[in-house]
Amino acid sequence: MRRFARFWWDFVVGDDWRVAAGIAIAFGLTALLAATSVPAWWLLPLAVAAILWLSLLRAVR
Amino acid sequence: MVEALTIVLAMGVTRGWRSALTGTVAALFALAAIVAALGPALTIVPIQTLRLVVGALLLVFGLQWLRKAILRASGWRALRDEDAVFVREAEHARSAVRTEHAGLDWYAFTVSFKGVLLEGLEVAFIVLTFGSAQGSIPLAAVGAGAAAVLVVVAGAVVRGPLSRVPENTLAFAVGVMLTTFGIFWGAEGAGVDWPGNDASLPGVLVFVLGVSFGFVTALRRRRLALA
Repeated sequence: MRRFARFWWDFVVGDDWRVAAGIAIAFGLTALLAATSVPAWWLLPLAVAAILWLSLLRAVR
Repeated sequence: MVEALTIVLAMGVTRGWRSALTGTVAALFALAAIVAALGPALTIVPIQTLRLVVGALLLVFGLQWLRKAILRASGWRALRDEDAVFVREAEHARSAVRTEHAGLDWYAFTVSFKGVLLEGLEVAFIVLTFGSAQGSIPLAAVGAGAAAVLVVVAGAVVRGPLSRVPENTLAFAVGVMLTTFGIFWGAEGAGVDWPGNDASLPGVLVFVLGVSFGFVTALRRRRLALA
């Protein structure tokens, strides 16, 4: 059971759990902004770029 | 797929093709069953929810691929060496004890089965997510099947690990595509209206490509500065 859970964690989350957490937060913020009258299309691409860069910096530290 | 082929080739060459190919076929049936079981279930999910979930999954997978590809392209992580993987798998296979079940070499069967199933699971998820978001899982499955046939034919011709395949370039391209579609569909699922609707997809692709190449350059400079 533990190995099964571990497999799915590695499969979905991968090397850096912060990436998955960052994406979840970015989706939440995008949904909040989209509910207002302010255009929200720019937020997710910028958030993804920032999440990727921070993850890469952690990997090369 | 290239990784799975390397494993099956190592098993076939060292332990016999019958067990290796039986394991491969069994794994392909299991993957087809997963797609066939989950595919119809996904069609009853509302499109907005589906795009949100699919977008999030594609982004998580895409960023995993892109992260590894950028680290390899910038020299921070070694490129995957299919020849070395083949030699390692073959050495393990030669030293493993032979146990027979139902006339099959159990080691070759299980290693081939697990290799194809685990590598193929990611492909199955991509087929399910792309197919369901675009309303045609069979078409996505045919595309994945064609890619699998291409890899198998290349393996049969070469009769060895596909070491000349530019694997990191492929991983980079797959990462960019998954991330692009993940951003596009995920944002739509979160309630975003893209300027120009579908016409903005190439713009997202250019943005992801530009950012990825920019990160490769920045990390390469960083590595050289530390050297």
